[in-house]
Amino acid sequence: MAEAAVPALHDEQHHEQSFGQKYLWSTDHKMIAMQYLFTGMLMALVGGFMAYAFRMQLAFPGMDVPFYGIVSASEYNALVTNHGTIMIFWVAMPVLLAAFGNFLIPLMIGCDDMVFPKVNRLSYQIFLLSAVVILGSLFVEGGGFAGAWTAYPPLSAKAEYSQTPLGSSLWLVAVALEFVAFLLGGINFITTTMNSRAPGMKFYDIPMVVWMIVIASVLFLVSVGPLIAGAMMLFMDQNVGTAFYDPDRGGDPILWQHLFWFFGHPEVYVVMLPAVGITADVICVFARKKLFAYKTVLYTAFGTGVLSFTVWAHHQFIAGIDPRMAHIFTVTTLLISIPIAEMIFVYIATLYGGSIRLTTPMLWALAFIAEFLIGGVTGIFLGASGADIYLHDTYFVLAHFHYMFYPIAIIGTFAGIAHWFPKMFGRMMNETLGKIHFWLTVIPFNVIFIPLFILGLAGQHRRIYDYTNFPELAIQPLQDLRVLATVALLVMLGAQLIFLYNFFSSMFKGKKAGKNPWNATTLEWTTESPPPHGNWAELPTVYRGPYEYGNPDREDDYWPQNEPV
Amino acid sequence: MIESYVPAVSTYASSIDNLFTLIFGLVGFWLILSEVVFFGLIWKFRAKDGVKTRYITGEEKHQKRWITWPHLLVLVCDVFIIVGAVRVWYDVKQNLPPAQETVRVIGQQWAWTFEHPGLDGKLGTADDIAKVNELHVKVDTLYHYKLEALDVLHSFSVPVFRLKQDAIPGRTITGWFEATQTGEYGIQCAEICGIGHGLMGARIFIESPEAHAAWLAKESPLTLTAMDTPAVED
Repeated sequence: MAEAAVPALHDEQHHEQSFGQKYLWSTDHKMIAMQYLFTGMLMALVGGFMAYAFRMQLAFPGMDVPFYGIVSASEYNALVTNHGTIMIFWVAMPVLLAAFGNFLIPLMIGCDDMVFPKVNRLSYQIFLLSAVVILGSLFVEGGGFAGAWTAYPPLSAKAEYSQTPLGSSLWLVAVALEFVAFLLGGINFITTTMNSRAPGMKFYDIPMVVWMIVIASVLFLVSVGPLIAGAMMLFMDQNVGTAFYDPDRGGDPILWQHLFWFFGHPEVYVVMLPAVGITADVICVFARKKLFAYKTVLYTAFGTGVLSFTVWAHHQFIAGIDPRMAHIFTVTTLLISIPIAEMIFVYIATLYGGSIRLTTPMLWALAFIAEFLIGGVTGIFLGASGADIYLHDTYFVLAHFHYMFYPIAIIGTFAGIAHWFPKMFGRMMNETLGKIHFWLTVIPFNVIFIPLFILGLAGQHRRIYDYTNFPELAIQPLQDLRVLATVALLVMLGAQLIFLYNFFSSMFKGKKAGKNPWNATTLEWTTESPPPHGNWAELPTVYRGPYEYGNPDREDDYWPQNEPV
Repeated sequence: MIESYVPAVSTYASSIDNLFTLIFGLVGFWLILSEVVFFGLIWKFRAKDGVKTRYITGEEKHQKRWITWPHLLVLVCDVFIIVGAVRVWYDVKQNLPPAQETVRVIGQQWAWTFEHPGLDGKLGTADDIAKVNELHVKVDTLYHYKLEALDVLHSFSVPVFRLKQDAIPGRTITGWFEATQTGEYGIQCAEICGIGHGLMGARIFIESPEAHAAWLAKESPLTLTAMDTPAVED
């Protein structure tokens, strides 16, 4: 293996480590970040393949899908269920939160490692176990869980209804393990950022991406408790014969929905905030601008986090809750547009007066803003209770949250990878391939999901494996839209091969990056690329905020955080 | 907007469509404005040789107003949307006008059973007419539906009415609709309910009073086309 692939390899003292110690049993935050990143990328391939299989079935019902076979109704349900679960819990979270959190936090706040390195290692090991369990659940008797990623009982609670007795339980076990992994990781992120910052780094000197990962970790820690309790009850309903969600024996299926969405809505912000933070850092570097109103961004993130705990029942408007409750949740949900809109305005304002260079990371960061806006405004339709009566559980919802999650988990991630790849591996990615990959990902993304908005307006409901059973939805114009979306998906998935080639070839053969290829100001750019074990020979001291670009007191257009006046 | 894809066939369908159009107008305005400013700035401030970037903290009042004012205007738009949403929601879901007729709607894996009152006009009597995947209603008549589920969650969705309501085992949920024109339209189950979820479509037949009376006469006395008879206790 070439040297560039291994961030810790340059360290003389660690040459005696065995392969297992170095790659599998490491407590180095950078290696754990790589473990999370590569596991997440592998799971993204699985989740993407699932999308391929069920989109082919939707475009060409009954087709023998190449590399998959015929998609039966039960397999279709299992595919959409696990696509959603994997993309959120095994792609978005490990990459955005764990990979970037682990890699960036110590490097950006100027310390040598996480405060609990062994807890960190345990976090990844449990995560890996959870990934094995979720993948294994697809191959047990009866097949993978097929009750949607929201797992509403009684369907999820009783084998006689779901017909996936093992799949349902393994799915729950995998999700619960994943939560444990991220609880351990989150403790580390928060504690490290609070306690291990470089001398001189005050709260307002912390780079935005670190703040966002910390706030996301807090949200996760606070919201996940009720769901773990709920998941335990569901597991017992499945396997021990309890009746927490069984209406025949005094239980209530709606209880699960409250527990699930009390977690589920903040979870959106758990993955959103790191992507928003990555975007902030990237646009500042490539617009050569100080972040407009740093404190405002920070406060809006706090505000979003607090509000996100008060909106959960907008997922349940028509679920049979007291109709009077809908008014409260409409108000809170629409209020969340205030901090989010503010944040977007701030990012747009940051571009003003800049010197914008459209490098690959910048293209991704700008695309995040442009696409995320569409996701944001379409959420208003669904938060407005009256309109949600029609739109609930249609493809409009699906298109909306893919316009949230795709910019977050795919576009935001690519922005981060393109930006920090030189630091991770010491080499530059190929810009031309990067730009081709960018356009072939972002354009097809829109061609996939804009038709799905229209299908949603036309009343197409979700999780249906074959619309020929619904005469109003089986008409040719709507089928043409389904085919269009699927073809665009094929283009987009194919384009990821360009990324994989660029990623791995640049890792070994890319141009050497040097310490600071982007002329950026934050601390991670002051050490070697890749950073040695311990990150710095001498830990840095901080003298100023993270985004000092174009400061009139200085000749260079950037002023690193660690340079004395 | 919605009515160009799906006909509006209930008394409240147009108010939901109008709410959608209101939101579309407001958020469309903000979306286009933001994107235009966004792309405009990217173009205007593209890197040029010898042009140094400006140092703007964004913390001063005269700078902040560029985001504070748009932000307050967003809040005003939110208020309009909230008022519209709450009014529509109240009419459709919270308010329950008195019924002229009542039907019982029962979801189970994987079919809908609709129990119509027979010639006596009352539900829960011996001459009720139960039909599987067929709902027959009179036009211009205010119906209450009593929605139940026998096994898992289902969702009673009639797109032409803009009506959707989850059915929950162990509960009976009452709601209403009034059809405004005759015709045959689709009914869906909009909540995943197992392997046969994709098969759980039904049809609604909206009939003139005369046609409905003729249908009643033909179906009475009690005929069941159900595969298994749902329990009817009242």
